Amino acid sequence: MKARIVVGEGSCGLAAGAGEVFTALEKRLSPETDASLSITGCVGACFLEPIVDVYDGQGALHRCVHVTPENADTIVSAVETGDYSLLNEIVIQPEDESFLTKQTRIALRHCGIINPESIDDYLAADGYDALEKVLKTMSPEDVIEVIKTSGLAGRGGAGFPTWFKWNAARQSPGDEKYLICNADEGDPGAFMDRAVIESDPHNLIEGMLIGAYAIGAKEAVVYVRAEYPLAIVRLTEAIRQARERGYLGEHILGSDFCCDIRIKAGAGAFVCGEETALIESLEGNRGMPRLKPPFPAAEGYWRKPSNINNVETFANVAWIINNGGEAFAAMGTENSKGTKVFAVTGKVCRGGLVEIPMGMTLRDVIFGIAGGIRDGHEFKAVQLGGPSGGCIPAELLDTVIDYKSLSATGAIMGSGGMVVMDDTTCMVGIAKFFLDFTTKESCGKCVHCRIGTKRLGEILNRIVNGEGKEGDVELLEELCNTVKAGALCGLGQSAPNPVLTTIKYFRHEYDAHIRDHKCPAKACSALLTYSINPEACKSCGSCAKKCPVNAITGEKKKPYVIDPNICIRCGSCRNTCKFGAVDVE
Amino acid sequence: MQECNHKSVDLTLLEDTLAQYADVKGSLITILQKTQDIYGYIPIDAVYRISERTGASPAKILGVATFYSQFRFQAVGQFMVMLCKGTACYVNGAERIADAVMDELGIRDNQTTDDGLFSLSLVSCLGCCSLAPVMMINDKVYGSLTPDKARKILRDLRKEATAE
Repeated sequence: MKARIVVGEGSCGLAAGAGEVFTALEKRLSPETDASLSITGCVGACFLEPIVDVYDGQGALHRCVHVTPENADTIVSAVETGDYSLLNEIVIQPEDESFLTKQTRIALRHCGIINPESIDDYLAADGYDALEKVLKTMSPEDVIEVIKTSGLAGRGGAGFPTWFKWNAARQSPGDEKYLICNADEGDPGAFMDRAVIESDPHNLIEGMLIGAYAIGAKEAVVYVRAEYPLAIVRLTEAIRQARERGYLGEHILGSDFCCDIRIKAGAGAFVCGEETALIESLEGNRGMPRLKPPFPAAEGYWRKPSNINNVETFANVAWIINNGGEAFAAMGTENSKGTKVFAVTGKVCRGGLVEIPMGMTLRDVIFGIAGGIRDGHEFKAVQLGGPSGGCIPAELLDTVIDYKSLSATGAIMGSGGMVVMDDTTCMVGIAKFFLDFTTKESCGKCVHCRIGTKRLGEILNRIVNGEGKEGDVELLEELCNTVKAGALCGLGQSAPNPVLTTIKYFRHEYDAHIRDHKCPAKACSALLTYSINPEACKSCGSCAKKCPVNAITGEKKKPYVIDPNICIRCGSCRNTCKFGAVDVE
Repeated sequence: MQECNHKSVDLTLLEDTLAQYADVKGSLITILQKTQDIYGYIPIDAVYRISERTGASPAKILGVATFYSQFRFQAVGQFMVMLCKGTACYVNGAERIADAVMDELGIRDNQTTDDGLFSLSLVSCLGCCSLAPVMMINDKVYGSLTPDKARKILRDLRKEATAE
């Protein structure tokens, strides 16, 4: 068996330098070397990128991490000599490996393993078996029944049962129906949909075709974020390959089922994650939500029955068909079945994509898999669901991950963004951060959302600047409830969640800002005072050299002094001082 | 709304795109994306030409174009600096990077330096969260930034460009 060297080339890997590693390996490999060199997508262990998987002659995997172009020689030497102990220095450590082995992968099952640019790789991994099974042995009603048994729910955020949407679109009268994939992953901090498209595009195509068959659509569209150029390239190529092999187009696999898929690049608008706004955008308009009902299942794209699902939802479909609805439903909790992918980022030791069965706790994911908080800091909160979600505090870390339990905390499952924060993150600041985002992204249709988010942002702004007033928190709460009640779509209805959850769990931080003009996380620069501890100062003067506004003065053998009237509180002196002499209050 | 640039442009470059998409319903965003690929931004003259050919009013076209963050109405610099303001970057200190970049270049969001070298755009998420904080300059991602590191990257690019 030939040895194989496989370089992980997802967006994260490429950003970390996988392209240069590939070039170096290509250069070092000689025609005599009995090894192949290829690429794969993203395995999701972003903190270890660039990753190179070396399969030896027996097919055993030696996973090399943090690979640099200089390591190319070692890797090729190991392959040539068969002495894989040469890789010991760069091979993955057991505790890092547990990041992957503790996961259960369904939606991501091929990610970082197969070559996303090769349909043959996908076919060798049972690709398109589910489509063949569906077309040859199942009626559309059978398919919907299996999905119903599986309990699969929309992974985009709302968690609506997939079978119900499919069935509604199927039952709607008319011959012209559309299937749409929402790949407009707008939640800052979530990137699982991108990973699926970049790493396993045929899995998405297969899931979409099965969905199209179930509802009776002949045309399907993938609405992808324009910021994901690599995803668009890989999906375009996968569609071309699938069409060439007869998995797309007329009379697929010799059946009566005809369907084609095309890609539409989004143009950057968070609100287009809302399905009716997405449809407006597909039709070439401003992406503003429509009134519901009628729901898209009755009147969607071009006012025809349409069904919209998110990428991760489709990525589960082929597996469910192959393994049966019961196998999927066997995982998870009473109200949430199967697995969910989370993009774990922020202050954790091991960040990346984590797919786990529903029912694990937040603590299992953040501490068990992601390795807890880095740099010796303390866990403060985890933000789930992005701008529509909320912050969950340490005392609720044992909350079970399912739709119901997470909603009960005031946060939501959302699309699976999980941003972990430590004691240096200000909770008022994070609420303001999300409000800035939703204010900018509000489409402007509903007054409550358009102006309400703006006013919420203004109040938060004055609080972080130390100009908050007694009663501001109550005013925020009142306004939040008004915005929730008065907005038409999910964006406005959920925009207050980050504010409400931070007030609920971190009220003391709001009070400290308003009453004491202090930021407990020492993050709000307007509320900080920098000073030099004369005892600790060694008069080296490096802080004065770094200070961008020359606020620090001093001379040899005397402690330096910061002039608070000139200081802009940038913190460079504190970062520079080797003796820890700069205090911040 | 941002002001449109009134520099005249070669509209014949647009004809292939219009021939392909003008009569396909729902294609306005695609046409605008192709227009931006050609000129680097949406020139006002192109808006009028698209209007003539598609029948959509200039108001409708500009309404759509200004709705989406992808579209620009001024020519951009040689280096397009996209600074990530996503959640993971924010938590890892992106605001300080933004301050350093704006200070170094002397421009703010959606502006271009006088020498035409740098344009700055604050974007909501580049999806490289594990490398936070990050910025992307002409498709290359720079990760794990500090204010000093960001300044150095920009200075090196400026040196490189002015040496040529």
